[in-house]
Amino acid sequence: MSMKFLSTTAAAALLVSTLPALAQDVSCPIKVGVLHSLSGTMAISETTLKDTMEMLVDIQNEKGGLLGCELEAVVVDPASDWPLFAEKARELLTVQEVDVIFGSWTSVSRKSALPVLEELNGLMFYPVQYEGEESSKNVFYTGAAPNQQAIPATDYFLDELGVEKFALLGTDYVYPRTTNNILEAYLKDKGIAEEDIFVNYTPFGHSDWSKIVADVVALGADGKKVGVISTINGDANIGFYKELAAAGISADDIPVVAFSVGEEELSGLDTTNLVGHLAAWNYFQSADTPANEEWVAAWKARMGDERVTNDPMEAHYIGFNMWVNAATAAGTTDVDAVRTAMYGQEFPNLTGGTAVMLPNHHLSKPVLIGEIQADGQFDIISATDPVPGDAWTDFLPESAVLTSDWKDLGCGMYNTATSTCVQIKSNY
Amino acid sequence: MTDAALPRRQPIALRFPSVMIFLAVLALFTVGVTILSEGFGIGVISTSFIKTLGKTLCLCLVALAMDLVWGYCGILSLGHMAFFGIGGYAIGMWLMYARTEIIVLESLAAAELPPTAQEVSDGIATQIFGVVGSSEFPPIWAFAHSLPLQLAAVVIVPGLLALVFGWLAFRSRVTGVYLSILTQAMTLALSLHLFQNDSGLRGNNGLSGLQNLPGLDEVPQATVSLWFFWASALALGLGYVLCTWIVAGKFGSVIRAIRDDEARVRFLGYPVESFKLVVFTLTAVIAGIAGALYYPQAGIINPAEIAPIASIYLAVWVAIGGRGRLYGAVIGAAFVSLLSTWFTGGQAPDINLGFYTISWVDWWTVLLGLSFVAVTLFAPKGIGGLVDLVTDRKSPNRHGADLGPDQGALREQEAEK
Amino acid sequence: MLRFAALLSACLTFALPASSQQADAPIQQLLQSQSDLILESSRRTIGPAIDALANSGLVAAQVVLDKWQTREMWVNEETGLFVFAEEVDRDTLRIFDFANGSEIGVVPDDRFDQLKPNSGIRGLIGTALVQFQLSDPDPDTRRRALDAIERGAEESHLAALRASLPTETDAQILARKERLERLLTIAYGATDAERIEAIQTFDGDLSVDVRAALNPLLAVRIDVAEALPSDPEVGRVLKPGSEALNREDAYALLVSANLAKPRISLADQRNALIANIADGQVAGIQVATLNTQEARDMAYAALADLGTVTAVATETEVDQLLANHVFYERYVGAPPEVVFAAQAALNAIENKVAINQMFDLSLDALSLASIYFLAAIGLAITFGVMGVINMAHGEFIMMGAYTGYVVQLFIPDYTLSILVAIPLAFAVTFGTGVAMERLVIRWLYHRPLETLLATFGISIALQQIAKNIFGTQARPLTAPGWLDGSLVINDIVSISYIRIAIFVLALLFLALFLFVMNRTRLGLEVRAVTQNPRMAASMGINPDKINMLTFGFGSGIAGIAGVAIGLYAKVTSEMGSDYIVQSFMTVVVGGVGNIWGTLLGATMVGFLQKGIEWFNPSNTLAAQTYMILFIILFIQFRPKGIIALKGRAAEA
Repeated sequence: MSMKFLSTTAAAALLVSTLPALAQDVSCPIKVGVLHSLSGTMAISETTLKDTMEMLVDIQNEKGGLLGCELEAVVVDPASDWPLFAEKARELLTVQEVDVIFGSWTSVSRKSALPVLEELNGLMFYPVQYEGEESSKNVFYTGAAPNQQAIPATDYFLDELGVEKFALLGTDYVYPRTTNNILEAYLKDKGIAEEDIFVNYTPFGHSDWSKIVADVVALGADGKKVGVISTINGDANIGFYKELAAAGISADDIPVVAFSVGEEELSGLDTTNLVGHLAAWNYFQSADTPANEEWVAAWKARMGDERVTNDPMEAHYIGFNMWVNAATAAGTTDVDAVRTAMYGQEFPNLTGGTAVMLPNHHLSKPVLIGEIQADGQFDIISATDPVPGDAWTDFLPESAVLTSDWKDLGCGMYNTATSTCVQIKSNY
Repeated sequence: MTDAALPRRQPIALRFPSVMIFLAVLALFTVGVTILSEGFGIGVISTSFIKTLGKTLCLCLVALAMDLVWGYCGILSLGHMAFFGIGGYAIGMWLMYARTEIIVLESLAAAELPPTAQEVSDGIATQIFGVVGSSEFPPIWAFAHSLPLQLAAVVIVPGLLALVFGWLAFRSRVTGVYLSILTQAMTLALSLHLFQNDSGLRGNNGLSGLQNLPGLDEVPQATVSLWFFWASALALGLGYVLCTWIVAGKFGSVIRAIRDDEARVRFLGYPVESFKLVVFTLTAVIAGIAGALYYPQAGIINPAEIAPIASIYLAVWVAIGGRGRLYGAVIGAAFVSLLSTWFTGGQAPDINLGFYTISWVDWWTVLLGLSFVAVTLFAPKGIGGLVDLVTDRKSPNRHGADLGPDQGALREQEAEK
Repeated sequence: MLRFAALLSACLTFALPASSQQADAPIQQLLQSQSDLILESSRRTIGPAIDALANSGLVAAQVVLDKWQTREMWVNEETGLFVFAEEVDRDTLRIFDFANGSEIGVVPDDRFDQLKPNSGIRGLIGTALVQFQLSDPDPDTRRRALDAIERGAEESHLAALRASLPTETDAQILARKERLERLLTIAYGATDAERIEAIQTFDGDLSVDVRAALNPLLAVRIDVAEALPSDPEVGRVLKPGSEALNREDAYALLVSANLAKPRISLADQRNALIANIADGQVAGIQVATLNTQEARDMAYAALADLGTVTAVATETEVDQLLANHVFYERYVGAPPEVVFAAQAALNAIENKVAINQMFDLSLDALSLASIYFLAAIGLAITFGVMGVINMAHGEFIMMGAYTGYVVQLFIPDYTLSILVAIPLAFAVTFGTGVAMERLVIRWLYHRPLETLLATFGISIALQQIAKNIFGTQARPLTAPGWLDGSLVINDIVSISYIRIAIFVLALLFLALFLFVMNRTRLGLEVRAVTQNPRMAASMGINPDKINMLTFGFGSGIAGIAGVAIGLYAKVTSEMGSDYIVQSFMTVVVGGVGNIWGTLLGATMVGFLQKGIEWFNPSNTLAAQTYMILFIILFIQFRPKGIIALKGRAAEA
């Protein structure tokens, strides 16, 4: 691992070690909890993140650890079983007494761990794109909120591809449901009529896509350009893309933009028939920056040549480094002190530019849109300026009045219409 | 065993010493855990483990129900975890509603205008359903504001579902494996239904934050977890006594006869369908109660909990523990679920074979599956069978005695070995 | 933008001797003048740049558009000059000059940026290129031009298309051109008569593009007036509160036409009340009493009386206003005569479309049925014939699919690998089935419930082993190229070849099953053992061996089904459990012990599921739920399935 691309943290760590004035109320080693499923259905996605965290901790230790202490990763396995996330979070915080947790993938697992984190005043970094409508005092959301992925992708459809009719296809769970709700409201705002929005939900692992694909094709019957926004999750994508390819739908006729299909998912597919379809993320492995090249090289050197990097990994990369810098700045790993130090933390993205932690616990990050290539990678065809993550969407009436500001207002669910804090804790 | 000379109507506890032993062990265990707990004792056992133990007690209770319906009545129901889940949903709805109501009322109290009833209701709905992109109460939440009604639902909904389903199934004489498959289909249908957001129960997200009791924010979880632990222990104790009472009497003899030869019992003039229906419904109610105690400890319930696999695991516990004996079900559920927690929790040490490292997180399920085959093939009596090794050593003297339930098929002259 | 201006002037002054590129060639100058737009690369703003190129009259402009579209245009970061290039390898380019197409040299790519027009821009370029390509000597180029017209037609295309018709030599392309010409006439034809004539030629045509051309003609706008106007553009009259126009929208129309007072939202009302709180009172009403909607309405009305807020329409006023106005549709897409012709043509088409949709749905249902049948046929043997509940049946399907995947790892040729995979999958699952029968099932023939549990134990063990070996991520099992694509009957009815292959496979299996059971000694012995094992044994049949072979046969067929299912869907360790309940349902619904029953069961389940999906298109999950409920009910009425065995066979 090159020193250059983490030089910021190294310099900061060096700085602190020369500042004895800071109170060092930390007990060595500093424990970093890793709450990712290593077995069960989510293991495939989450194991990668566990490996990422171990790699990040090792890199940090090579650079001399944090606050004069070694870092130690405490890995537990919640086994893709949602109640276990709460149980394991409690175990990490009370039995292992970790200083910070990096974990969760699905929203429901985050919602399961939330009450425990808030009760015990823990600190968790959540690395996956999600549906928003939440801002917990004890969670930093390093993945994309809807306005950092879904909305820019929809704008791209509207402006760049001239799509006039939308098929919102999703797996039936909370992320697609909420995202599609937001998108429906957004599209109506943009003057798309209700009858030009087709919404369909399928179960996890759905495989019989012929009718749905036929329905999408039939949408073109009124002469409007059709585009598909897919929040289809996991395995179901395989059947969907196979059927799409079989129906001979090219990206020029009916473009598909996916929010849950990344480099990992494409590795289970023959992508020759999918070239040109799109995905929106904050990170693609193909990003052409020196920092990313080193990151990918380090990852492949550690895990093997066939392994790919993806967006949630970058989220952990940014989140972990921000936490290190915040703890360094605060001189302690105490949750409240670190949280205060987190606001305004900046760290360079792997894709260029700088991510900034906002007072609503979300990041400001650029949004990338990539076209699927024949080799299973993405060709980045559009990158926006950094977009500040919005905890409460502006496109649903109930949420539009809400805002989150932990720094000044001290509230994650603040009603601007009535100027009151709806609640300090979160909705679970 | 029992004193042979006593009259027929003897207290159950005396006729079945296992009840006394069980209750004593349960009481000791409860007191012991309390003393060792963080909430009221010396803090050796962590709160998260108290919750695990409390949940295990609930699983024992539902295993008891499973044993009654399968081990005693011969109905291999693959749907009892569905009833368990329904119980959890019923109590979860109230927990979510009441907790959210407090939050909403507090936040609206600060507003300039006093809130209308509609505004309060909308506020609660937005809080609960905002996460799944809706802000209206589905009709299924009509009673969620009332604890007594939802508590009634814990009992009534699983009971009613079991009654209707059982009536349909038993009436058309669906038996054996067909019934198992049918109950499995029912479970699958229910979980698929709940997976939809349109079901009104927050789809895949389910109900969460159930461990926070409304209005008791100040009480630490260490205490709350013990309350639930006690409640679970109490429920298990009562359930055990109830089940023993049921299987002890004439009713118990009839359902065992149904298990052994249904046609013969029917020819003897017993309304077989009614007996089965009563057992099926009653056990569904017990399962619902167990679920209502389990999910506030787990903190979250979602449709994956109801998936058919859960009910099959339930059957596995009972089979491993030893069906046809109540303590067998309890032992099986406690043993397998705790062992599962231990193995999947990553605490079990990996075995290094040199060429391959067996990681229990990966191989535990394989072991469980195969050990299950082994139990079925080689030890049909399960772990409970070990007890027989002890009791069989003493030759029974059954002259004039009320023939025990387990040997009910024996005639008196056969009883003299 | 300043930077580019500077670069532009720099390159114009020095003409950069480093390369032999003609920086002052007209095409390069044109590109430079548009370079801001080209580099911004957004569909919204790119129009003028493309138009400038297309209308420049320069020969090289076509090359530029062509190369740009295929992402072969690069820009020199320092000079801002545009070139087109071939990638020699990852870091090197061979660059060419647009001015004369000559090679400039082979250079490293650090100084050059590739232009990546997105598909929106590529479409626009394609549209602009049409005029050059329609009469191109290369038929492929002409076809591309026609594709571009289909994707984004413009009025100018009509003339170009007509001009190119006489010179067209390829009959197929000519037919396409003529068809497109008529479609464009519908949209852009100069006279109504011409358009109506074109519309009438498409009578009953099912293609999506015809409907896409006709539907915009029917566009309407909802208008409101006190009395219905009599001009011919007026379409149907709408009643407020009907499905086509709800009351709120109708009233909003009145408001926007300045025919009515606005109404106020509850939130606005609330804000207005709050704004007028004085001393704990609103218009003399205590704030504390404003906790019902009625009280708030009253307070607002009181405020309106005082003149502090504008009065709003009450419910009765709204009713009256809605009743006093007439709401109607006005055709805005085309002149009325064209609209009527289009409407007539569409009506004829819609009927045919509906019939064809039913047909397409039936094909889907048939395909789903054949998949269920395929998944269930192995079970029809082990469960239906032998009466063994095998919960691990789904895992045999999975093993077959993984066998296919492993074979593809070793044999890269997809056709060959499938041909190898099918017998191998049979062999693997046959072997596993036999082993399982010998080791577990034969001890449990008289304990069916325990067979269920034991095989379930095997099922979870096999599933986890597959996870440990292959991981949880789906594995690719790729169909051979000749199974790609679909059989397209028309734009509505189509079915992918892979589904046809599965259908054929299902029929083959049915035939195989019937042949084995009815025409072979094995089948005879199987039937004998099933009906009465003791009698069969006394006739010299070895029931143990027969049971073993039957179970192996059923398992082997499941393995082949696994390959087929893996080809069309996905290969994961959990794929088996997706099919197990449905498979049992299929067998139970059809009637145990009868292959025709299984066939009927699969057909019923497949059609039912598609039928329910048709009623409720937005939720596939609900379809599955209702299907299972239906099956539970169905079994109430026919507990023995559609085809119930009678007499002695039923007791076996």
